[in-house]
Amino acid sequence: MSTTEQSPAAVAEGASFGGVQARSAAAINATSRISVRNLDFFYGDSRALKQINLELPDRQVTGMIGPSGCGKSTLLRVLNRMYSLYPGQRAAGEVIMDGRNMLDADVDLNELRAKVGMVFQKPTPFPMTIYENVAFGVRLHEKMSKSQMDDRVEWALSRAAIWGEVKDRLHTSALGLSGGQQQRLCIARTIAVRPEVILFDEPTSALDPISTLKIEELIDELKRDFTICIVTHNMQQAARCADQVAFFYLGELVEVAPAAQMFTAPREKRTQEYITGRFG
Amino acid sequence: MSTTAMGGPIHSAPAKDMAVARALGRRRRVKDNLVRWFCIGATVVGLFFLASIMTTLLWRGLAAMDLTIFTTEFRPTRYGDDNMPKGGLIHAILGSLVQVAIGTGIGTPIGLLVGTYLAEYARNSPMGNAVRFVSDILLSAPSILIGLFIYQLVVLPMGGFSGLAGALALAIIVIPVVVRTTEDMLQLIPNTLREAVIGLGAPKWKMITLVCYKAAMSGIVTGILLAVARIAGETAPLLLTSFGNNVTSFDLSKAMASLPIAIYQQANSGFPDLIEIAWAGALLITVGVLAINIVARVLLRAKI
Repeated sequence: MSTTEQSPAAVAEGASFGGVQARSAAAINATSRISVRNLDFFYGDSRALKQINLELPDRQVTGMIGPSGCGKSTLLRVLNRMYSLYPGQRAAGEVIMDGRNMLDADVDLNELRAKVGMVFQKPTPFPMTIYENVAFGVRLHEKMSKSQMDDRVEWALSRAAIWGEVKDRLHTSALGLSGGQQQRLCIARTIAVRPEVILFDEPTSALDPISTLKIEELIDELKRDFTICIVTHNMQQAARCADQVAFFYLGELVEVAPAAQMFTAPREKRTQEYITGRFG
Repeated sequence: MSTTAMGGPIHSAPAKDMAVARALGRRRRVKDNLVRWFCIGATVVGLFFLASIMTTLLWRGLAAMDLTIFTTEFRPTRYGDDNMPKGGLIHAILGSLVQVAIGTGIGTPIGLLVGTYLAEYARNSPMGNAVRFVSDILLSAPSILIGLFIYQLVVLPMGGFSGLAGALALAIIVIPVVVRTTEDMLQLIPNTLREAVIGLGAPKWKMITLVCYKAAMSGIVTGILLAVARIAGETAPLLLTSFGNNVTSFDLSKAMASLPIAIYQQANSGFPDLIEIAWAGALLITVGVLAINIVARVLLRAKI
């Protein structure tokens, strides 16, 4: 199963899904930031992704949905080569970014990960101060003065909509923050490195509804500057956040379409069955 | 519950015989009480001996404890002549401090690096398993063997007992203790934290040194303290390496005194006044080790 073609303007503006305004198809004309081509992925001998073809449009949000084990998180972990940490995991095919195949053996992984940041399912604050958490990633890639770093930290925390809550306690431990605050801190930490792409792996599944709302608003805000890819189990979240939605099933990319179309007029029967809750 | 007890159709088991049930209950209660009293009895026996050792140690140690212990070196017995000057243990205290410090200083980095190798680089590899196995054997090896090892390797070639040999023997005892705690503490760190560091574009060595060590810090320090407590009381390996000395010496190439050896020698002397000093030394070691253990526990609790 390969991807279906995108058909822009297939659906009228403002189609709704579950009471949520889904994005119109017209938005998806941007150039592609990352192109995934004929991607296969293996955990040892088992094939977790089969011939995936997907374009991530520049400064748009791509939502990935599908039942557990369908390969959506696996794809995310291919995009920043996180899988390379584990022997026995292997990808074949192409992930083109800036004209290069990121799966090539000679790609500088640290450079790639500086360009493709990741936010995880559970908040993962480092055991250090809030300030140091944000400065940590910056120091890996840039040398700058103390005042420049102060500015960068403030900028990142502001972009992550948490500056107001932490500006008076920057030098206290990040472990003292609430779960939702920790997750926004992790987003700030990722932004601070100034990546081009941000991958979100179920970023709100460990958070309460209010924190979830904040993160979703944040994602909407961030796509002005970053290309975003978000894995979610929550269909409403995909409809609220994503411009383009990709539906995965059993390691295949079944359908990719503008969010509005995906949730109102999916082309594939399996997509329809999944989004209407008949399985998954 | 009640329907089945009345022998309803859903349940083919016979109705409960109340007499049998009562007898069963009685037997279980008796067994329960028996086991409980065995456990309590064993605890009491254990505590009795511990309390007996501790009170004797406190009683005799405190009786012998005075300032001269900390100010004076070894003096021959004053048995039969109370006008002779009283001896102390300062030579042994300083000797122990020097050897324990050097032993910890050498053993800790090696143990830390091996533990890091096991937890971060060789978690499931055959090499890692082999290293872990050898380290565990070393952990439980009789310490006299380690003394013999250093005797062959250092004492004989150097032509005599030395403080350096003693420190090296202690270092070898430190290594497996630190290896085990470092590996255990690093393994407690969730992989998601590691991925978060790697995801920012950090090389692995920075992930380990800047984040993992920080996250495992209190546990690793606790392990080091426990290793210090362990070697502070070691006697056998020092007997064959630094041997002991009656005067204060900081010369690592010469025999060096230590508390456990001073206790061993003076307790063996047969003179009541020297035996008293040995009690004071025993109390010193015990209090020191106890203090280290308390600090270690507090550190470990602070983490959780």
